[in-house]
Amino acid sequence: MTVTSAPSATSVPPTTSAGTAPGHSWPEQFAERRPALPGARLDWLDARRRQAIARFAELGWPSSRLEDWRHSSLSFLDQHPLHAPEDLPHPANTLARLRSAYDQHDHWLVFVDGRHEPSLSVTAGLPAGVELHAISTLLNGSANGKAPDELLEQLAANFGDADEGDSPQALNLALCSDGAFLRLPAGCTLNNTIHLVFIGATASSDRHLRNLILAGEHCVACVVEHHLGGGQTLSTTTTRIELGANARLDHLKFQQEAPEAIHVGLTAVRQQADSRFHSHSLSFGAKFARHDINTTFAGKGCETLLNGLYHVDGRRHVDHHTQIDHAQPHGTSHEYYRGLLDGSGRGVFRGRILVAKDAQRSDAIQRSDSLLLSKMAEADARPELEIYADDVKCAHGATIGQLDDDALFYLRSRGLDQQHAQQLLTYAFAAEVIERIEHEAARKQARKALLDCLPEQDTLEELQ
Amino acid sequence: MIKINNLHASVDGKEILRGLNLEIGTGEVHAIMGPNGSGKSTLSQVLAGRDTYQVTAGSVDWDGVDLLALPAEERARSGLFLAFQYPVEIPGVSNAYFLKAAVNAVRRHRGLDEYDAMDFLARVKAEMKTVGMREEFLYRSVNEGFSGGEKKRNEVLQMALLEPRLAILDETDSGLDIDALKIVADGVNRLRSPDRSLLVITHYQRLLEYIVPDKVHVLAHGQILRSGGRELALELEAEGYGWIDQQMQGKAAAGARP
Repeated sequence: MTVTSAPSATSVPPTTSAGTAPGHSWPEQFAERRPALPGARLDWLDARRRQAIARFAELGWPSSRLEDWRHSSLSFLDQHPLHAPEDLPHPANTLARLRSAYDQHDHWLVFVDGRHEPSLSVTAGLPAGVELHAISTLLNGSANGKAPDELLEQLAANFGDADEGDSPQALNLALCSDGAFLRLPAGCTLNNTIHLVFIGATASSDRHLRNLILAGEHCVACVVEHHLGGGQTLSTTTTRIELGANARLDHLKFQQEAPEAIHVGLTAVRQQADSRFHSHSLSFGAKFARHDINTTFAGKGCETLLNGLYHVDGRRHVDHHTQIDHAQPHGTSHEYYRGLLDGSGRGVFRGRILVAKDAQRSDAIQRSDSLLLSKMAEADARPELEIYADDVKCAHGATIGQLDDDALFYLRSRGLDQQHAQQLLTYAFAAEVIERIEHEAARKQARKALLDCLPEQDTLEELQ
Repeated sequence: MIKINNLHASVDGKEILRGLNLEIGTGEVHAIMGPNGSGKSTLSQVLAGRDTYQVTAGSVDWDGVDLLALPAEERARSGLFLAFQYPVEIPGVSNAYFLKAAVNAVRRHRGLDEYDAMDFLARVKAEMKTVGMREEFLYRSVNEGFSGGEKKRNEVLQMALLEPRLAILDETDSGLDIDALKIVADGVNRLRSPDRSLLVITHYQRLLEYIVPDKVHVLAHGQILRSGGRELALELEAEGYGWIDQQMQGKAAAGARP
């Protein structure tokens, strides 16, 4: 195992702490930050970044004119001032609280304001051959001749290109200041969970992170991303995952950023034969959160679970866009998303399933259920199945509804008041998603996050 | 205990109860029988406080309290219990949590100490034994995947735990085979006491062989048409409900005369 140190603090000035003005120019930001970005002296990276910012400058933020952003335009960001937050709990306190809920031997790679924070990271005790580093360490270390060339080559080969994804991914590539690099050797079983923690603190108004997970054949691991803190801030995240044959990865993403935050994230997965990928997306925070989760079956017999839960209230907005590409035969995908929508909250789900012509015996189930808790809340669900093979099982269903009157009356007829009955049924609706999380401590964290969303949570605590 | 005066109730503008009168004294067991569509279930739902029914006239005196002014949960807390004809499945809520929340809501209202987890478990396990429910039903979601008999036993279990002053059994016999019926009836009979009244609503006389009523009423067209002792149930069993239509036609014909 290798633990590398972060670049010295002097080499990387913080990103804008003064805040960005409305109509703020990202190409200008890029020009300003470029010399200090990690790996600035690497030609391949600098070239990709310049291409990426040029692409972003050309496309701008995605507007509702784009089909994939129809319900979730980001155009408002052109006029939306971003500020570094003030008066946040110290990241060390945030982290201590989080760590206390997990096994003491778990591994923690922590990023504060988009930069690796070695003093908060705990990566000792990883099994031999597991490489877990901050990307900035690899990129800058290489410039100093320290990082193994082999890791840097893998990073370059899997870092992503400027023309991939929508414009936010291009901006993410151009401005990315850090992220995690995790490589698991073939046959490796991680007994402890790897946590990637991204905390928005008081030094930045925007942060851009890029993670890379390379899981060798037959390896078994669980990685949990925690997105926390921030204020009227922007965070973009790209997590790219390569799963070797027979590898099993559980990937959880807790989005619990501040209620004014903007979060735009992409998880892009490529699965080799007989691999298993389980994704749990738990989105409770942020004013606007967009999660794209895509997986491609590059070998036969792959299995995927995309499980998700979100809660919105006030004028908050959460959008999940998923795509499962059954490009090879004998693949199985299960997809279950549930949303709780209160106030004038808005939830969007788009689930695309592609079954290629030769992907016979594919088995796909997709469900999306939204619970409207107020008259002003709004949910959109759009299943899209494109099936070119003839021997497949594909089922999908979407519901958007309110609490069941019969169940409410049943509970009230037993003495539970209206509010308690509503909370109980709301909790129960969401708990179905949470029960699919196999990781016990993460399941508890998800339950707690859910209860925090519900008023009078005391009455429900015994459900845990 | 409860006195229903000239009760009129409708759903979606359609009148179902048309001037129903009924009085049940403390400790009495009354049975209401009647054909399908006569308003039996509407009566039970209106009494329990279901707000999809509109009460358009009449009153219900509940030991000096205006029952119709109370929300459903307060009716339950003050001792009115409805055993549902179709108990609702609630996925994701364990029976144990549900039962404890219900019992403690009622106990709070009555000024009793709430049960803690230990006391509650001891009590509920004892009650489950008497209705023949296995402990695993505590940890399953409320009524989810329960058979018809298991659901009805769960209703009787709730009745035992909530200790109502008036229990309304809405077609508790429907969908039960004779063995399940006996178990449920035994459970109900065990709860009979001088200060607890029962209103048994049923289509068939069968249940009344096991839960023997003091009085039997025939409900049809939203009114009590006849009242009598338990022999009335046997008479209905023998003759069916056909006479009701004749009687109603007779009434209508009489009304049409100049």
